Amino acid sequence: MTSATSAQFDIAIVGAGVVGCATARSFARAGARVVLIERGADILSGASKANSAILHTGFDAPPGSLELELVRAGREEYLRIHRDLGLTFVPTGALVCAWSAAEAARLDAIAAQGRQNGIGDLALLDAAAARRRMPGLAATLEAAIEVPGEYVIDPWSAPLAYVTEALALGATVMRGCELLSGRFDGDWTLQTSRGAIRAGTVVNAAGLFGDAVATRLGLTPDFAIRPRKGQFVVLDKAAARHVPVIVLPVPSETTKGIVICPTAFGNVLVGPTAEEQDERERATVDAGTLSMLQAHGGRLVPGLRGIPITATYAGLRPGSDRKHYRVSATAERRAITLGGIRSTGLSAALGLAAHAVRLHAGFGGAPRPAPGAVPRVAVPNLTETQPRDWQRPDHGEIVCHCELVTRREIEAALDSPLPPGDFGGLRRRTRAGMGRCQGFYCMGRLANLTRGRLAEPLAESLAVGEEPSS
Amino acid sequence: MSHPDVLIVGGGPAGVAAALAARAAGAGRVTLLEREPRLGGATRHCSHSPFGMLERGRVYFGAAWGARLERDAREAGVEVLTGHSVTALGADGTVEVSHAGGVGGFAARRILLATGARELSRAQRLLPGDRPVGIVTTGALQASLAFHGLLPFRRPVILGSELVSHSAVVSCLAHGARPVAMLETGPARLARAPVTWLPALTGIPVRSGVRIVDIIGRSRVEAIRFEHRGRIETLACDGLLLTGRFTPEAALLWQSGQRINRGSGGPSVDQHGRCANPLYFAAGNLLRPIETGGWSFREGRAIGHALALDLQRPVPEGEAVAVGYDDPVRLVVPDLVRPGIAPAPGFDRFQLRFTRDCRGRLALEVDGRTLWQRSGRWRPERRVLVPMPAGIEHAGQIAFRFSEAPDSSEAPVFSED
Repeated sequence: MTSATSAQFDIAIVGAGVVGCATARSFARAGARVVLIERGADILSGASKANSAILHTGFDAPPGSLELELVRAGREEYLRIHRDLGLTFVPTGALVCAWSAAEAARLDAIAAQGRQNGIGDLALLDAAAARRRMPGLAATLEAAIEVPGEYVIDPWSAPLAYVTEALALGATVMRGCELLSGRFDGDWTLQTSRGAIRAGTVVNAAGLFGDAVATRLGLTPDFAIRPRKGQFVVLDKAAARHVPVIVLPVPSETTKGIVICPTAFGNVLVGPTAEEQDERERATVDAGTLSMLQAHGGRLVPGLRGIPITATYAGLRPGSDRKHYRVSATAERRAITLGGIRSTGLSAALGLAAHAVRLHAGFGGAPRPAPGAVPRVAVPNLTETQPRDWQRPDHGEIVCHCELVTRREIEAALDSPLPPGDFGGLRRRTRAGMGRCQGFYCMGRLANLTRGRLAEPLAESLAVGEEPSS
Repeated sequence: MSHPDVLIVGGGPAGVAAALAARAAGAGRVTLLEREPRLGGATRHCSHSPFGMLERGRVYFGAAWGARLERDAREAGVEVLTGHSVTALGADGTVEVSHAGGVGGFAARRILLATGARELSRAQRLLPGDRPVGIVTTGALQASLAFHGLLPFRRPVILGSELVSHSAVVSCLAHGARPVAMLETGPARLARAPVTWLPALTGIPVRSGVRIVDIIGRSRVEAIRFEHRGRIETLACDGLLLTGRFTPEAALLWQSGQRINRGSGGPSVDQHGRCANPLYFAAGNLLRPIETGGWSFREGRAIGHALALDLQRPVPEGEAVAVGYDDPVRLVVPDLVRPGIAPAPGFDRFQLRFTRDCRGRLALEVDGRTLWQRSGRWRPERRVLVPMPAGIEHAGQIAFRFSEAPDSSEAPVFSED
């Protein structure tokens, strides 16, 4: 339930990353009229497009923190709703691996913190036991902690499902829509690059621009975003047999460290690095770091040596000047900030969304009735743990051979309630072009199928008279 | 489940030639699977006669060859199934396939893989920078043009200087795109005259020995930054064309855990083109990057013939002898020799490539005796062919040894193209 206002929207959410998408869903389910605005050409254009796709337990979160509470709540809700939304998870579990005596000496404390955080099923393993769990680990392993509840999910289909459900409940999504300024006079008037929007409450889920958006809203931000870049290497699906479990390092004071992680799509990723930078727009990869990540994977899991790279990418985590989440509510301005969600946003998103709804209830006002029936929304499965479209009859043809993406899947994405705004959005919705050839075989087909549909077209038509004869 | 005697995966020149040869040598039911709608493989959109293309102003005449291959295959009684994408190889000779109707299975007495090669992606080249739209390979460019009438950029920077890179220049110029520059990361251009005259004739600057330091572009490529002779230069452009640096399309082998020739990136094969798993054979550019369509066709024909003879014999058992080699030899194909099987009609020569331009003596040692040797200059872009000595199938130890000349004075070039 949420409060009524005479404005066009009850809730305006700024930023369609995973947190914004989850928040749109939760408010829409509570009966609010929601508008979700996003500067990029598609949802997930910022921090949420690049992460390690782990559904965390919170075993290593600061005890007693809001982050721990929301990671646990978000994870529980994901596990409750995933099937209804067509989502899945891969119950890989994780091994926190100590590669030196010094690291091994810290495992007891990590396990104690995990138990204090309510993760009762973690277990200290000696090297032999850990290698029974994952035989591919290098012989230099000293000891490990097994955390059975760390899972791997599809990090793009989950937020797509959240926002699709919000759309089905009447929410409005505006992409290519940058917040310029905001004024509060009992309701909010938001000036955007696509015109003015009136809303009762504003939720700042702007990720890497959280502090800037707060300033544009005339709220004095109590935090400053400190982008932290993470580069990743994705290894060919041939790597998957060597990495059945998430291989976590013993974390340092400043970073969770480089993970070797199976993906829900059947690859293995190695990353992220943790590189502080001021730049918020660009997340570039560099050859030296990518080589380092590849070598790191081969050192810890020797079977990965020589396995070809499928993709490389970099993302920015919206860390802040402090380690913890920067979540706040200003009742007199009817504003909620979900900021500084550094590296657990995917796990905590549904928890953050529910938290935002609770904070909003504290603002008072007449509640709106919750919608009677929530429409059934399910996104297509892209993971290798569930049947894919290429295994079903009448899929038309396979367009992307590396990821086995069918023409029917691409057409369905283009005709979906929230069609991809750009090629990245198409890749995240279908996996087309995400595979080992990176478009060598399918780019022409994709360019043809997406004619006139993407903000930045993949190709332009040849002039009349230049068409091929064959 | 369908049960052909021979199942061929890939309908390019090598696969079709193998199918024709297997039929001609008496193989019964031969089924050829191609995932694209037509046979021909890379030759459908790719050609290596750029001057002819420049004169014609067209790059599509390879498609006619694919149509001819398809007709030949059908007339020879080969069951041709296009739109069939192999999704898994079983160690027992079963193969899973997806097609428009869903998933199907094949179980064949022998399987020949001829899945070809592709150019290295941006990721595999570890290129730095942003990841915008407009970074494509020659294969993607030429397929876009030939099959869809689509041009992915107007002012690309071309990365690479192999034969295919110059073919890409022709494709661009013939369709109204104007390459901004050709950049080579190696010390010198990899193609030779007269092909290399093309950029000069058309006013495209060429730089060798460059290092790409940044790809810039939020949604589409806007500029490439590179280091050349200690200076950083920036080229405004709207695309980056990745050319050459081919790699075998061996994903199915990797995923099914079959033995990979780490030098070539393709499957390990013996003197008959037979893989470590004796139910599987391989031919064409899957074996190594990269030879012409004509070479692949002849290779496919030889391996297809060997495969047909193999159907009449029991599957060989016992360990194959691995062919050893020293750096700077990059690859040797075949890299296995199975005891007791004469090379004919399979490979009669070893194919070698070098990692770098060098001088020295290359020797083939069999059971400790040097049976072949040659001194000279060895270049990475040229294939080296070493005849298989008589009786190689009885050897217990086979290795290529290289001693680099301390003095790199001028020496004749013995490698062959």
